[in-house]
Amino acid sequence: MTETTPPHVPDTSPQIGVDQWVAQADERTDRPTGVRGRIAAVWRRLPPAGKLALLTPAIAVPFLPFVSEGNLFNYGLFILIYALLALGLNVVVGFAGLLDLGYVAFFGFGAYTYAFLSGTHGNKGHTYTHHWDAQWSILAAILVCAVLGLFLGSSSRRLLGDYLAIVTLFFGQAFVVFTNAADPYGITNGSNGLANVDPLKFFRFTISTTRGYYWFLLGCVVVVLIVLYCISESRTGRAWKASREDPLAAELMGMPVNRLKIMAFSLGAAIAGLAGSVFAAAQTGAFPQNFSTQVLILIYAVVILGGTGSLTGMLVGAAAIIASNQVLDSTSPPNVARVLFYSALIATVYFTMRSSWQRLLVAFAATAAFGFAVHAIVGAVWSRGTAGQVTSGGFLTGVIQNWVLLPTNPGRLAVYGYLLMIVCIVALVQLKGWWRLALLVPTLYVTAFVWENLLVQQPAVTRYVLFGALLIAVMTIRPQGLFGTAKVEIG
Amino acid sequence: MNSARGQRLGNLGGLGLVLVAWMFYAVYFSPTTGWTFFFQLTVNGIILGSVYALIALGYSMVYGILKLLNFAHGDVYMIGAFIGFGVLTLLGGPLNPAIPVALLVFCMFVVAMLGSGFLGLAIERFAYRPLRDAPRIAPLISALGVAFFLENSALLLFGSQFRSYDGFDLISYNGIHIGGDNGVFIQYLGVLVIVGAFLLMLALLALVRWTRLGKAMRAVSFDREAAAMMGIDPDRVIAATFFIGSALAGAAGVMFGLLFSQIYHLMGFLAGLKGFTAAVVGGIGSIPGAMLGGLLVGLVESWAKGYLNGNVSDLVVFGILIGVMLVRPSGLLGTPALQKV
Repeated sequence: MTETTPPHVPDTSPQIGVDQWVAQADERTDRPTGVRGRIAAVWRRLPPAGKLALLTPAIAVPFLPFVSEGNLFNYGLFILIYALLALGLNVVVGFAGLLDLGYVAFFGFGAYTYAFLSGTHGNKGHTYTHHWDAQWSILAAILVCAVLGLFLGSSSRRLLGDYLAIVTLFFGQAFVVFTNAADPYGITNGSNGLANVDPLKFFRFTISTTRGYYWFLLGCVVVVLIVLYCISESRTGRAWKASREDPLAAELMGMPVNRLKIMAFSLGAAIAGLAGSVFAAAQTGAFPQNFSTQVLILIYAVVILGGTGSLTGMLVGAAAIIASNQVLDSTSPPNVARVLFYSALIATVYFTMRSSWQRLLVAFAATAAFGFAVHAIVGAVWSRGTAGQVTSGGFLTGVIQNWVLLPTNPGRLAVYGYLLMIVCIVALVQLKGWWRLALLVPTLYVTAFVWENLLVQQPAVTRYVLFGALLIAVMTIRPQGLFGTAKVEIG
Repeated sequence: MNSARGQRLGNLGGLGLVLVAWMFYAVYFSPTTGWTFFFQLTVNGIILGSVYALIALGYSMVYGILKLLNFAHGDVYMIGAFIGFGVLTLLGGPLNPAIPVALLVFCMFVVAMLGSGFLGLAIERFAYRPLRDAPRIAPLISALGVAFFLENSALLLFGSQFRSYDGFDLISYNGIHIGGDNGVFIQYLGVLVIVGAFLLMLALLALVRWTRLGKAMRAVSFDREAAAMMGIDPDRVIAATFFIGSALAGAAGVMFGLLFSQIYHLMGFLAGLKGFTAAVVGGIGSIPGAMLGGLLVGLVESWAKGYLNGNVSDLVVFGILIGVMLVRPSGLLGTPALQKV
């Protein structure tokens, strides 16, 4: 007596025999038709780069009417220029996996080439008055950088990983010596740089306003985005990624690994050349200090935060890093920097503590109470400890005055506070559970103390400390950055 | 005799020939400056080279064990110099020290070495250990971040002005003249630096060759996984390596401060690059190679400063670096790296 019961098919398992086409019939008929439907269909068919290329101006344009000329230069132009630079460095670091520490030199060579070919200047008894149209001098800048990239990239034929990093670092130093000290035939005008540079002039059309440069750079970014997307999806792009993951295997599969590396260097350098020439035109000058190691670290911070290999990441990273860089500049109002610092602090705590938000809320409340208590006790015992003035506190003056300890001459105390803050953070990483939450309270208070007494006076240095810490933190916590893809290492 | 050893001997022989030829050329064909000038530069070069050799040792040890280029090493050296300065000011300054000068200098060395050693431990723990199995580019970027963090922290804490050790006041500016009053002059401080550096290096050599820790270090640098299977804790060995390498860098920082009497927050960058050059020229991963490379870099820099000019000397040193990396990446005393598949 064997009766075969039909196997029970749960609803969640893949339904064998059900046609996908039939199953989705409802969804298909529900699609919007008419103009909306056509737009939606085009949007769906667009490759990611196309979407990105459309979205970027859509986000970037609406701000235009509300932004003053100076802010547009400081924020808009710089964000776009660094986005270009990051897109170029992404080719070398993200696609091809080579560490190029001389990248900023290409930016500099681009700027100097443009400035030399479209401007009037002279030194050491030579005078140069080339006034080429921008289309020719930008082209020349791109070519010069591409050739230099070819030259530097060819050293990667023999050098692996770390040695390549050192040679490129040396290349960056050589650029500084070349412009600053060597100054052959007066073409770079030594440490004074090239000051009289023409604005962008295409045939008979001149860009003279910051808004014009903004539009032009936006166009450049969109074009570069589309080009890079096409390249990264092409045979070459796939070969880059393959040789990044395993050069030996790629070589054995018949890919010309050396030529690929040189191509990546050259393409990255060419994009940096473009960025450099527009930069020189926009600030009508090219000076050695524009191309220092700080700039290199900024570009790296953008690429690493955005996520190596991701095009979206470069744009978002540039917006985040450059905006905070400019807010923390010594010329911008300190109170904006203060708000940015505290919000970044809270965001960092939220994302790194991996604790529930209720507990964090308790910790923040405890920090506030702790601060007022400490302030009251110290104020009663040692009056000098609370007698200092808030550095341009704005609407927060009252709170800070009564919450943070502000000694009259912080000096040494601020330095000890900084060291104590580092010790606290180190201990915080080591501890677990409730102890960690308990230590968070004094750590936050010490951080606020250090900010109010030391960092707020030197935001320009603080930002570089923060960017250095950011590089370490991103690499250890989330190496793929915000938008990169996590890699599985097969060892 | 195997071929790697033969190649090393050949390298040394070639180097010796080049040095002897250069010496004869410099002594006989530069009548305006004469032989004292040459030997004075040589002595200065050896003193400077001892400092570079100490920096190079840290690079070389870390590279040998982790295959990681520790960009932050130059900045550990800078922090070491500042710790030494802190001890000096705490104990009364160079003009009226609170304790005998010999003891003071000893204290400076000990505290700076301990401080930099712990800094190295912390750097390893936070910036490199989480990235042990990451792609090779990740720890390099992290190292870049550490270097930048340390440099700017020092700028924040100590300001951008130069700090003066006043080593000349501390250990009076006396020395030995060799070959009459116009002969070669060696200051006692220089002797102290050379002897101190060589003692530290000998101690390190002995440690690596004869102690259990040294044996473990060699094992881990040879094959980390196999060493772990033999019961060695690689994390502890790597931490110990960082501690020792960073302590040597701290000693180098104090020596630099005593010799040149000026320290500032950016001093680590160039010194780090030169230490790395020394490590590569000597053969990265080899301890005697790092010493030899350090001396060579110091000598070349000193000669280039004397016979050419100050701006060019760095370019000459880095030109040599690139030449060595392109022509003989294994350096003078290193073994050619085999790429394992």
